[in-house]
Amino acid sequence: MDFGLSEEQELLQRSAREFLTRECPTTFVRELSKEKDGFSRELHRKMAEQGWTGLLIPQGYGGLGLSMLDMALLLEEMGRAVVPGPFMFSSVLVTLALIQGGSAAQKKAWLPRLAAGEIVGTLALLEAADRLDAAGVTLKAKKNRTGYTLTGVKMFVPFAAAADVLLIAARTGGRGEDGISVFLVERDAPGLTCIPLEIFDLTRRVYEVSCNNVTVPSTALIGGEGQGWKLLSRLIDAACVALAADSLGGAQKALEMAVEYTKVRTQFNRPVASFQALKHMAAEMVSEIEPARSLVWYAAYAFDARPREASRAASMAKARLSDVYARTTNRAVQMHGGIGFTWEHDIHLWFKRAKWNEFAFGDATYHRERLAQLDGF
Amino acid sequence: MNLTYSKEDEEFRKEVRSWLKKNLPKKDKTLSDLPPHDPERVKRAKEWQRKLYEAGYVAMGWPKEYGGQGASVVRQTIVNEEMVLARAPGLIGAMGIQMLGPTLIQFGTEEQKRRYLPKILTAEEIWCQGYSEPGAGSDLASLRTRAELVGDEFIVNGQKVWTSNAQFADWMFCLVRTDPDAPKHRGISYLLIDMKTPGITVRPLIQMTGDAGFNEVFFEDVRVPRANLVGELNQGWLVANNTLFHERNLLGSTTRTQLMMQNLLRLARSRQRYGKPASEDPVIRQKLADLLIRVEAMKYHSYRQLTDAIAGRPPGIAAMVNKLVGTELNHDICSLALELLGSYAPLNRGTPHVVDHGNWAYEFMFTLGLIIGGGTSQIQKNIISERGLGMPKSA
Ligand SMILES: Cc1cc2nc3c(=O)[nH]c(=O)nc-3n(C[C@H](O)[C@H](O)[C@H](O)COP(=O)(O)OP(=O)(O)OC[C@H]3O[C@@H](n4cnc5c(N)ncnc54)[C@H](O)[C@@H]3O)c2cc1C
Repeated sequence: MDFGLSEEQELLQRSAREFLTRECPTTFVRELSKEKDGFSRELHRKMAEQGWTGLLIPQGYGGLGLSMLDMALLLEEMGRAVVPGPFMFSSVLVTLALIQGGSAAQKKAWLPRLAAGEIVGTLALLEAADRLDAAGVTLKAKKNRTGYTLTGVKMFVPFAAAADVLLIAARTGGRGEDGISVFLVERDAPGLTCIPLEIFDLTRRVYEVSCNNVTVPSTALIGGEGQGWKLLSRLIDAACVALAADSLGGAQKALEMAVEYTKVRTQFNRPVASFQALKHMAAEMVSEIEPARSLVWYAAYAFDARPREASRAASMAKARLSDVYARTTNRAVQMHGGIGFTWEHDIHLWFKRAKWNEFAFGDATYHRERLAQLDGF
Repeated sequence: MNLTYSKEDEEFRKEVRSWLKKNLPKKDKTLSDLPPHDPERVKRAKEWQRKLYEAGYVAMGWPKEYGGQGASVVRQTIVNEEMVLARAPGLIGAMGIQMLGPTLIQFGTEEQKRRYLPKILTAEEIWCQGYSEPGAGSDLASLRTRAELVGDEFIVNGQKVWTSNAQFADWMFCLVRTDPDAPKHRGISYLLIDMKTPGITVRPLIQMTGDAGFNEVFFEDVRVPRANLVGELNQGWLVANNTLFHERNLLGSTTRTQLMMQNLLRLARSRQRYGKPASEDPVIRQKLADLLIRVEAMKYHSYRQLTDAIAGRPPGIAAMVNKLVGTELNHDICSLALELLGSYAPLNRGTPHVVDHGNWAYEFMFTLGLIIGGGTSQIQKNIISERGLGMPKSA
C-alpha cells in the first residue's frame, strides 16, 4: 500500500520543471503563438532527447517504457509551463493507439520514429456534431482492392498542420460502435486538406480536416476492421487523464502567480495579500487543487494497474479538473486586478488553456453523467 | 505507487470482515428513535467500542504498553475501510482516541500515558474538550478560565462553553490560564480534569437539532493535582495546537464521508421522483456524481497522506485542507439527501412516515455544527493562506 511518488518520479518532475523553465518560458510561448503552425519542431526534438516522446513506448521500440503516472507527472509540468504543441496528442494518444492496437509491423514502422521525435502525430476524432460517442463518427472508409478510401470531414483536430500522421476515426460499416475503424494516415496524402480554425487559446491549434477520396493501404488500419471503438474508448480515457494532469499543473501555477502578485502589490498601505477576501479565495483554490491532485494520480495509476476502474477514474479526474482549472484561473485573474485583464500579463495564457481543456474530450457535465452510468446510479 | 495490499493484509481484511459480520450491533428501532446522547444509546455505544477494542481493532497503531498493538497504519486503514463497508457505527470515544491520545503519546509523562491511554481505548473513560469559552472561540488564546497553582494543586475557576459530551464524559482535557500577566499565548496550560471533582457544574445546552449535544461547564474552586498538567507550565498553547491538529484530521476524516455518500446513493435509488427513481433524474445524477467525485478525491487524498505518514514526511499543505473540505462535503451530502426527501425531509425522528429514522435531517444540522466546531471554515482558510501560502496576517 503506497500512494506516493517514487524518487525517480520526483526526479522526473524536477528535471521537467527545470527543462521547461529554460526551454519554454512564456516569451517563447508567445513567439510560437505567432508562428504558422504554433509548433516548434526544435523544442519537440529537445523533448525527444529528454526521452519524453518515448516515455510510454516500450524499450524494444526505442522508448523508456514508463507508466501513465510518469506521463501524467510530465504533463502536469507541461500544463504548468503552458507548453504549446501536439505533445499530448502525439506522444500519448497516437503512441498508445499503436502500442495497444498496432501490429508488430506497425509498431516497428512508427514507434521508433515517434520516440525519436522524427515524426509527430495527432488524433482526428470529432466531427461537426461535436459528440464524443460512436455516433459522432461518420467519416466513411470504403474498402477497395488494396486498402480503403476515406471521405468526410473531421473537426477540431489538434495541430493537424504540424502533424506528419493523423489517426483518423472512420466508419467502415454499420451503425453504433461496431462499424468503427481507425486509420493512421499521412498528412500529405492526396485529397487530405487542413483548414486552420482560429481559437482564443494561444497554446493550441485546431483544424478542420477534409478527406476527399483519400486512399490508404490496408496497413494503415490500426486494429481490426470494425474494432476501432474499443481502442478509441481507451484513448479517450487516456486523453482525460492527460488533460486532467495538464490542468492540475496549470491550476497550481495560476495559484502561485496570484499569491505572489498579491504579496507585492500594495493598496491601502498594505499588501493586498493581507485582505481576507483574497486570502480566503486563495485558500479555496488550495482546497480544490490538493484533493484533485490525488484524483489525477489515482486516474493515471488506474489507467495501467486497474483496468476495470480506469474509465471511471479518468472521468472523475476529467470532470473535477475541468471545473477546478477553470475556477482557479478565474480567481487568479481577479486577484491580479486590471493588470490580469491585459494581453501583456501572462495569466490569460492559463485562463484560456483552462477553457480549452475543459471542453476537450468531454466537459465536466459529460463526465459526471458517464460516471453515473458506469456506477449504475 | 501500488494500491494493492499484501497477502497478509488481505487475510487480515477477511478476518475483519467476518468479525464485523458476526458482531455488528443489531439494528434496534427503539434505539434509533432515541436522541444520540440518551443514556441507553451511550451505554450501547460504549459496549460497541469495548467489543471492537477487545477484537483488537481500536487504535492499533498505538504502542503495546498503552493498549495498542504497534500495528502499521495500513492495518488501521483496512479496519476503517471495512467499518465503512459494513456501515458500522462510529466510536463514542473518538475524541479521546483521535485527539487526546496522540497528544498524550507525544507530550504526556510516562505515568500519564499508562494511567489514561488504556481506558480511552476500552471506553471506560470518555473524554471531552474544554477549550472554548464565552469570550474565546476563534480567538481561543484569549481564554480566561483561571488556574492558580497552590502547593501541589491547581485551583480552577471559570467557565467553558460548547463542550460536547460533557454531560456524560468522565474526564476533560482543558485549557486554563496559569499566568494572567504573560502575553496571551504564553500563559496557558493544558490540564486533565476529572469531571467528578467537586466544584464542577455541567449544564446541557440544547442544540438546533433539539438535543443536548454540548454543554456549559462551570468551575468553582476545582482542585486538580499538579500531576495532571500535560507539557510544561504555561506552555499549554503548544500542546493545545497539537490536539487541534488531530481534531482537524478527525473532523475531516473521509471514513464518515464515504459512509454518508453510500447512504446517499442508496437513498437516491430508493426514492421516487415523479414516478421514477430519483437517481434517474439527470439533474440529480449530476449532483450525485459531483459529490461522489469529491468524496473519492478525499479518499485518495487520505491515502496520499497515509503514505507520507508511513514515510515520515511532514504533512504539509495537503493536510491543511482536510477539515475545511471534509466538513463542507459532509454537509453538502446531507443537503442533497434532504432535497431527495422533499416533503419528507423535515419530519422529526419518531414521526409517522419519517425516512431513515430522521437521520438525514439530524445529520444535515449536525454537519453544519462541525463546519463551525474545531475552528470555523473561515479560520481554516486563515490557516491555509497564512501557514500554507505565507500570506500576511490581516490588519
Ligand atoms: C457542534 C459544536 C461542537 C463543539 N464542541 C466543542 C467542544 O467539544 N469543545 C470546545 O472547546 N469547543 C467546542 N465547540 C466550539 C467551537 O470550537 C467554536 O464555536 C468555534 O471555534 C467558533 O468560536 P465562536 O463560537 O466563539 O465563534 P466566533 O469566534 O465568535 O465566530 C463568529 C464568526 O466570526 C468569524 N471569525 C472569527 N474570527 C475570525 C477571523 N479571524 N477571521 C475570519 N472570520 C472570523 C467566524 O468564522 C464565525 O463566522 C463546538 C462548536 C460546535 C458548533
